[in-house]
Amino acid sequence: MTLQFNDETFRDDYSFHNSERAIKRFPFPFDKDSYMYAVNMEQHRGGPSDSIYEKRFDVDEHYVSEMRDRAMVLADDPLRCQSLPHMTLAGWDLLELIMVSKSEDYPDLFELHRDGDKWHWVNKPLGIDDHFTFMDGTTLPYGPMEYITRQTQGDFCVLDQRDDNLWMDAGTITTQADWSLDFDIGMNFFEWHAPVPLAHEKGIFVRALKFLLNIQQGAPARRLNWTMTVNPLLDTSPENYHKWGIQKTSLTPENIGAKQHLRVELQTFFRLPRSNALVFPIRCYLCAFQDLMTVPKWGRRLHRVIRDLPEELATYKGFIDNRPMMLDYLSKFDDGLPTSNGIWPEIDSEPPLKSD
Amino acid sequence: MPKFEFPTSILSRPVYGVLEARAGHQHLMIADAEGAEAILDIATPDLMAKTHIIYIPKGTDFADELRALNPAQFYQGPSYAASVSRIQRVLQDAAMGLQLYLAGTEGLMGQVQSEAMKAGIPHTAIQTEHRGSTARRMQCVHCKGITEDVATDPFQCSHCNLNLFVRDHYSRRIAAYQAVCIDAEDPGYVPAQKGLYE
Ligand code: HEM
Repeated sequence: MTLQFNDETFRDDYSFHNSERAIKRFPFPFDKDSYMYAVNMEQHRGGPSDSIYEKRFDVDEHYVSEMRDRAMVLADDPLRCQSLPHMTLAGWDLLELIMVSKSEDYPDLFELHRDGDKWHWVNKPLGIDDHFTFMDGTTLPYGPMEYITRQTQGDFCVLDQRDDNLWMDAGTITTQADWSLDFDIGMNFFEWHAPVPLAHEKGIFVRALKFLLNIQQGAPARRLNWTMTVNPLLDTSPENYHKWGIQKTSLTPENIGAKQHLRVELQTFFRLPRSNALVFPIRCYLCAFQDLMTVPKWGRRLHRVIRDLPEELATYKGFIDNRPMMLDYLSKFDDGLPTSNGIWPEIDSEPPLKSD
Repeated sequence: MPKFEFPTSILSRPVYGVLEARAGHQHLMIADAEGAEAILDIATPDLMAKTHIIYIPKGTDFADELRALNPAQFYQGPSYAASVSRIQRVLQDAAMGLQLYLAGTEGLMGQVQSEAMKAGIPHTAIQTEHRGSTARRMQCVHCKGITEDVATDPFQCSHCNLNLFVRDHYSRRIAAYQAVCIDAEDPGYVPAQKGLYE
């Protein structure tokens, strides 16, 4: 199918919206009626047709507008994109991985022509047509990581692997769930995860790191993570929290369906060939409560998950104050019927909402 | 002065030990304020004959006692800012096997550690001992400005004037804890200041 790109904003008037297709393929992150941190990782080897798992780097209707938003964030704050000096090779690895993947997975949108180290890259949605020399930074307008991540949805952490640990030594981070690349750069896996509650005690990070250190080239992995965001704001950074924090207090019972968004991150893990670095794309998908509620299974389940979520997690994720209002809204979509296992919407088999 | 026991915290928060004399031909000890006492505790004439001490009194009067240890080299600096280029210079040609000892406030130890890492000394090879003030070196996550010697929570950013709360999340590279706006969701409502650890 040909993709129509939305002309929309993730700030000010928040004209962001999901088409019916985008709602149906939204990565609803709960496979059962409750949620707790776990080492929830699986191979990233495609998925159902047209699902967000199908391609290595999913391109959707928000692509062009998201890239416009990223450019604005970087113009305001260049520290959102940083690469320590030893990470340049990993940047080229990443540029290659994305260009090859996108040109193979979306040949009508992206083209890569290679003649030795003379590369020709065509990005039709963004109107880019560049010739450059692979591994020669002077032939690109930005460093290789910045160049390609300005053209790819999702945040990117590039992790150096040494001393049996991963080190956050480069990244482009403009759509983050309230953490700072500038502060965390140079930290190891346990240090940047330090603020997360409960998971350290459960041994989750020790096991997760072991898994990540062993990821092989050509065998990427993935997991989902989630939080809540009022308004479809991509840049929920700590840097700008003094500006956007107030929006959390703007929810009312009347506007919550439209304003409250479930924010889901598709996190993938790829080993890079030359640098042996690991790249961690964090792709953010937003969906308004009222759109989620069009899927009966998700309505029932979201109410149960949010109701039973441990207080530590609701606090860490920043919605503890709004939880009662969310539950008032969500409870109307929970008729108590059982739900089927798994994250998929099951529109055809799941019963419609029983109203009394 | 009794030593302060920091409560256990998250994994990015530094933990400090107790200095002990190690074997080596070259010893560099950098301290501020009450950190002098940690040096006095391990000093022997033999060790001092191989030791370079860099000391920033911060209004205390331990300098004469340190000088009386007769170290191979002694420098007293009026402030960290005034001493940092000297510290960088000394770290630059620190031979392999240099023993580095840091003592005093978290701000001093953190900043020297960050310089040492830039000079190629792994942070795990550096000994540290906290003494004296428990005030913290804080970075405002909003404007990136550093406020030194923060002893209360919340506090006001010395650069952008936002009211900030004190987190335990710590960056070794920046040598500071993270500070975040406290009244973003309720502008103007700033809770009364309390001392750290109170
Ligand atoms: C190397 C890749 C990874 C990177 C760069 C990364 C980065 C981060 C960052 C920056 C945070 C925010 C911490 C804060 O509050 O400041 C976070 C949160 C978290 N991470 Fe990771 N992470 C990675 C892999 C993983 C893996 C494999 C797991 C598997 C269990 C995991 C589990 C979590 C959890 C549970 C949270 C809390 C999220 C929430 O409740 O919203 N991370 N991660």
